[in-house]
Parts: sequence; structure tokens; C-alpha cells
Amino acid sequence: MSARAIPDRPVRQAWHAEAVLRLALIAFYAAFLTLFVLYPMLQVFTRSLQDGQGRFVGAANYVRYFATPAIASSITNSLAVATGTTLLTVVLAFVYAYALTRSTMPLPGLFRLVIMLPIFAPSLVQGIAFIYVFGNNGLLTRWTGFNVGIYGFKGIVAAETFYALPHAVLILVAALTAADARLYDAASALGASRVKTFVTVTLPGVKYGVMSACFVVFTLVITDFGVPKVIGGKYSVMATEIYNQVIGQQNFTMGATVSVVLLIPAALAVVIDRLVQRRQYALLTASSVPLRPARNRGRDLGLFVYCTLVAGGIAAIYLVILASSLVTRWPYDFTPTTKHYRFDTVGGYTAVWNSIEAAALAAVIGTVLAFAGAYLVEKCRTAASGPLYVLSVLPVSVPGMVLGLAYIFTFNAPGSPLNALYGTLAILVLSHLVHYFTVPFLTATAALKQMDAEFENVSASLGVPFYRTFWRVTVPLALPQIVALSLYFFLNAMVTLSAAVFLVAPGTELAAVAVLLMDDAGDTAQAAAMSVLIIAIGFAVRLLYALLMRGVTRRTQAWTVATR
Amino acid sequence: MPPAVELVSIAKTFGSVVALADASLTVADGEFVCVLGPSGCGKTTLLRIVAGLERQNAGAVRLRGRDVSRLPPSQRDYGIVFQSYALFPNLTAARNIAYGLETRGWDRARIAARVDELLELVHLPHHRHRYPAQLSGGEQQRVALARALAPSPSLLLLDEPLSALDARVRLALRHEIKSVQRRVSIPTIMVTHDQEEALAMADRIVVMNHGVIEQIGTPHEVYMEPRTLFVARFVGQMNVVPARADARAGWARVGGVALHCREGVTLPEGAALTLAIRPEEVVLGGAGHAAENTLVARVVGLQFLGAFTRLALTLPGDVPVRLDCDVAAGALAVVGAKEGDELALALPASALRVFPAA
Repeated sequence: MSARAIPDRPVRQAWHAEAVLRLALIAFYAAFLTLFVLYPMLQVFTRSLQDGQGRFVGAANYVRYFATPAIASSITNSLAVATGTTLLTVVLAFVYAYALTRSTMPLPGLFRLVIMLPIFAPSLVQGIAFIYVFGNNGLLTRWTGFNVGIYGFKGIVAAETFYALPHAVLILVAALTAADARLYDAASALGASRVKTFVTVTLPGVKYGVMSACFVVFTLVITDFGVPKVIGGKYSVMATEIYNQVIGQQNFTMGATVSVVLLIPAALAVVIDRLVQRRQYALLTASSVPLRPARNRGRDLGLFVYCTLVAGGIAAIYLVILASSLVTRWPYDFTPTTKHYRFDTVGGYTAVWNSIEAAALAAVIGTVLAFAGAYLVEKCRTAASGPLYVLSVLPVSVPGMVLGLAYIFTFNAPGSPLNALYGTLAILVLSHLVHYFTVPFLTATAALKQMDAEFENVSASLGVPFYRTFWRVTVPLALPQIVALSLYFFLNAMVTLSAAVFLVAPGTELAAVAVLLMDDAGDTAQAAAMSVLIIAIGFAVRLLYALLMRGVTRRTQAWTVATR
Repeated sequence: MPPAVELVSIAKTFGSVVALADASLTVADGEFVCVLGPSGCGKTTLLRIVAGLERQNAGAVRLRGRDVSRLPPSQRDYGIVFQSYALFPNLTAARNIAYGLETRGWDRARIAARVDELLELVHLPHHRHRYPAQLSGGEQQRVALARALAPSPSLLLLDEPLSALDARVRLALRHEIKSVQRRVSIPTIMVTHDQEEALAMADRIVVMNHGVIEQIGTPHEVYMEPRTLFVARFVGQMNVVPARADARAGWARVGGVALHCREGVTLPEGAALTLAIRPEEVVLGGAGHAAENTLVARVVGLQFLGAFTRLALTLPGDVPVRLDCDVAAGALAVVGAKEGDELALALPASALRVFPAA
């Protein structure tokens, strides 16, 4: 054997057209992420270190933030609201999810449907509904003459709980479904009591699911702007504080400072959630036996009553919204009318059409970018893969308000060529798709990881270019996920308020922002009517999606269902 | 004409791990070469370097005299079959086979004719419209083979093609792959960790260990004349007996017994060495032979393996030496050995291979 030293690096591959194309695509994706994720976020950081004239002032803004009690209290308020809502929501959601997965109560399908309602509405709709019922002029307040004082902490927590419930229930249902019946058989064979089984088998099994639900709810609530805006009154949280500084006082540097501080808890919750989720996968093995709940009259009845109460509460919110949009003057004059659907305060249906257009564009472009981006990161390994992955998952930790402010700094900077985008619908589409980019990107990555890594190698050996295999094999195989991604983009884009509230301009109003503006202007009936429209559009698209999925399933059935 | 494949001093490292050190190999036209070794020996890395899926740090890859060392896989002209089949699940068997033909600008009729020909070749003419999920593992592997051969490449690469199949299917597919390879007469490199598979299929075997090629030879050579102790132990069953060199050249001592060995290594008296003999080469009943190399051993275990029985024996001495001996069913009946019995046996000098001490 020769003792010649082996060179450290492999030989370079000769240049060829496919490699050049692949690098060009990766460069394009990197440019997109740099321009619309990295650069705007850096803008927020640098602005938080400058004064109003753009001079570097170090940590002076932060010092002023923490030294001004009126502003600093927004931190403790935000933490209090988010923690309180998280505890309440996860407990409520756990029992609800338990009832859906571990009991034989009647009507589980209906309960599953009703709990998902809040997904279709902007968060502030919950707030508006609570005001209609418990507000100074609310239905119950007038009937009973008792004012619960809904404006502030109480109202925010109550409305946010309803807003966050479906997200927590989804996670906990998934966690509770992934149970191994053999563990329960073993527990009963060993003579464990029902309580002991719950504590030693059920809870450890869903531990990570519960933690994940906590972090998701916490992030949702601490970054939410709509609910505290409409029901918070004088109770200021960080998301509304950014809005007040930027819109109310035109104090952009303080807006940036609050934004950076808000990034910390939001980003922490996201990072911990990612770490926790990674563990959840290992719990279920291929040999697990699915658990089938046994009938138990007492438990099932109790859970049925519980679910009826929770689902009834949610249904009541949406009924109040629907009813108030169809009567002359809630709660004084209940004569039916459709006049609130004329939207004369915001200039008719422009906002609705804008919303649909922006959401549809975000769905199409976002799906293409997320899937192609995941493909480039996952299947075309280069030195850039790692950094591109980090940039792709970064948006999930950026609160909408912060993203919106970052886009103002980036696209409304004097003398910048990027200004062409400001005030257009395009910037709203971009903010939608960046804001909701991470979940589709990760879903696409997971779908791609499930595909045989040798597909690309086989294609290359057959002389078939990679883009042809991407189109002929990769995309068809991931079609169900791709359709789901586009729905995710569309529904979220329809209801999001936080980033958009900074970016709408005359002519590019969006429906969710219009709800806020009409509510601000005191036209609550029109705000309710607009909310009803947003929910209706969401439902219609969800229905369309169900039909589309049936088509996709039929098309893909031939190769997914083995008929050996 | 230049050889089908020529690997010249290939070296590859992953970080500080040396995966391949100075591996050279030539594959002749129509030859079936098996690269055999335990997992992590570098055999798959070698195949992937030939395929261009991995790039070597040093050395050259030549296909038919053409230097492809720096070319991407698509410009190397080979077909490959992976352990996982990697069939496209959303395409039927016929579309999978046609996949590499469609980009070549062939017309429909020509593609259809070629697909028919290949389905015939792998004996699956009635499965053209089935999706991979509707085929058994063995059928999927045959479709993968047909897909690899469809564009008439000048080299076939097989990466553990049989490992994912159950034992019975594996045996049948060995013959099938080998006979297809013979009919198409395509030079082939197959990677496997299964020595039986390599012995049964290969024209030549390349035995690898720790990134180094230990021996290249015909199955018969590798089995009968292992060049290193590693090859001796990895290919087939082998008894390994520690010994010391005797004063007489060609003799070794095990305990107090002097044994006459095969010619080869000559070491100074008393040097440690290793003797190796296959279980089927141990001869029971020393009487029939010359007095040379006869011993008495005790039976400590019997393992019935169908066609033959493996006797576990110990040779007496200060340090008891273990020895396996395979006895055909008929012969065992004659000897009538039971556990605890003492048996006379002979270790033929021609079968006693000598290696440096392990």
C-alpha cells in the first residue's frame, strides 16, 4: 500500500448546464430570502439603535423604553395575557381533545367542526363579539344591568382563548390519537387504577403535545394585535404599543425598539416548540396498535355536556356576529336589514376583492416558493443549504407587527429602488407569504424527506434532467401536501391583520383591516358584516379544497393503494 | 480496446475518515464483478464514485478509456439499480422503464418496442400497467433492472440489489440478474455484503476491508487461496488456530503437536502465526491417511444443519483449541459421534493455510 497523502478535498466536478441552472435557482431563492426576510429584519435592529434622525444612539431607546412606565408596562401586560390565556386554553383544549379522541360521546364530527370556526375569522372578531355581549352597551350588560368590565385583561384573555382554542385542540388531538393500545392493556393487566393509568400512561404520552400546544398558544397570543386592539381599552400590550408608537405618534424608532423586545419571547417559544416537536415523533413505532376507546356512560355524558358548553360558546360568538350584521342597530333595534353589507364607510367591496386577490396570489406564489425552496434546500445539497434552511424557518418567529414595521423600513425608505413596491398589492402579497412561510416550508421538507433519496440519482444515471423528474415525479407525489399548503396560505392571508395594518394604502385596503377601521370608526355593524363575509369566503374555499382533495385522492389512488 | 471500467488509485475521505485508500480495479467487457465486504468497508463509496454520485479526492475513473473523473452522473453512460429500487411510485412499470428513453427524443413506437423487449427480458410482460405498489419486491427489482438497461448503457451498477428481499426471492433473483447480464453481455459491478451471493454470481470478486482492496480474484481463487486472513475469515467458514513456527520450514506447532502446512510463509522458529482450515477440509478418522497431521479431538457440540452436521471439537493441550468440522449426513452415521466422544482426525497439509499472526 502506498503511503501517499490523500488530498483534503474531492475533485471539482466539470461545469455543465444542469449544475449552472441549479445554482441559479438556489441563488434566486437566496436573493428572495435575503431581500424579504433577512434585510428587513436587520433594518428593525439598526433602527432600534438610532434616534429619529438616523444617528446611532446605542441602547438609549431601550433605556427609555424600560424607564417609561406607561410603555414598559406593555411587557408585563403582554406576558400576563399570554401566560393566562395559555393556561386557560390548554386546559380547555385538553379536555375537549380528550373527549374527541378517548370517548364514545355522540356527535364528535359536529364538535370537531365547530371548534375549527375561529380559524376562519380574524382574531379581532372574537373581541368584537365579546363587546357585543359583555361591553358597556352589550346584550347581557343591558339585560342584567351588570357591567363585568370586559375592556382590558379579562376581555383580552377571554377573546384570545376562543381565538387560540382550535390551534391547541388540533395539536392535542394529534397527540392523543397517537396512543399505543398495548400500553393500556399492559396497565390494566398489571391492575392499575383508572387514575393511575391516566397519570402513568396517558399524560407521559401526550407530554410533548401539551408542551407544544402551550408554546403555540403563547406565541399566537403574545404576537396578536387584533384582540387587544378592539377589547384592550387602556390595557396596553406590546403588539398594540408598536401600533401606537408607529401610527399614533409616528415614533418609528420606539416602534422598532418594542419590536426587538417582542421578538425575544416569540422567538424563544418557537425555538423551544421546535425542539419539543422533534421528540414527539419518536413515541409511535410501526408496531403500535391504535387505541379504541371503550364505552363508559358517565364519562361520555360528562364530556358531552362539556363539549356542548365549549362548542356552544364558540357558536354563540359567530351567531352574535351574524345576527348583529343583519339587524338595524344591535342591541336596540332588531329589525332585519342588509344595509350593513353595503360597506359605505370603506368604499364598498374593494377591500373584499383585494383580500381575495392578495390571498389567492399569496397561495399560488407562496406554495411554489415554499415547495421549490424546500426542494432546493433538501434535494440540492450545497454549502448554502444550512443558511437557507435557517432563513426559511426564521419567519415563524417574527410577529406580524414586527414584519409589517420591517417592511415599512425597507420599502418606504427615501431614495431606495425598493420603494416601487410600497403602496401596492404586491407588498401585501409578499408580507402574507413571508409571514406564513415557515409552516408550508417545513411541511414540504417533511414530504420531500419521505421520498427516496435515490430518485434524483436514478434520473441522472438515465440522463434525465433534474427539473423533469421534479415535475414528473416529485410534484405529483407531493400533490396532496401542495394543495394543503396553498389552503394554509389562503386562509391565513384572508384573516391576518398584524403585518397588513402597516402596509395597506388607499386602493389596497384589505377586508381584515377594514374590520378594524370600521370598528375604530364605531361602525360595528359593518365590521360584523365584513367579518361574516371573510368567514364565508374561508368556508367556501375550504369546501372547494375538500372537493379538490377528493379529485387528487382519486387521481393518486392507483399508485398509493396496493392491490396485491 | 480499452477496458470497460478502469479505476486508478481512487482515494476518498469523509472528514478525517479514510473511506477508500488507493483502490485500483479493471473490469473487462461483459464481466460481472462483485465488490464484497462488511458494512463500512468502502464498497458502496467505490460504486458511487464510479457513478459520479460521490467525488473522489484522488485517482481517476475511466469508462472505455474515456476519463470521466470530473463528469456529472448524467454524462457517464451507466445504468444503476439501488437497494431501495427507487422506482417512481406514480408511474406504471412500463412508464418507469420508458423514463430514460423519453428524454432521448425517441418516437413513441420505438419506445414502446424497447419497453416490450425489456419486459420480456425480465419476464414481466403482463405487468406493464401495474404501479410499483402493486408489484412484489422481486418484481419491483426486476422493473428497476429493466429501467436501468433500457437506454442500453455501457455499464451496469448494482448497489446491494438483493438485500431488501426475503431469502427465497433472493435466490431466484440471483439467477435472473445473472442470466439477464449474460444475455445483454454488459459489464457489471455489484456491491454486496453477502459472500454467498458474491461467490454464486461473480466472474471476479473484489474483497474490501477498511477502505482497502484485500484481494481480487475468481470466486474459486478467493475461496481456496485467500491472500489475507481477513479474506479467509470473511469468505466462507474458516477455523483459525493460533500456532508457532517450527524449526523445519513448512511446519508449525500447535501446543505439543507439529503440523505440516501448505507452502508459503516462512518464519523464524517460534514466531507466532495463524493456521486456517475450512470445516469441510477437516478429515474424520485419521486412520486412512498417512500418520502426518493426525490428532485426537473431543466432541463438545453437534449442530444439525440439514445436508451436513457441524461438529464442535476441542484439541487437547494447555490452551484448548476450538475446531469446527463439517460432516455429511451419511458419513456421520458411519462415525456415530456423540457429545463427549473422542475422535481421530486429520488436518491435510494441503488445506492448512499459514498467515501471519492475527
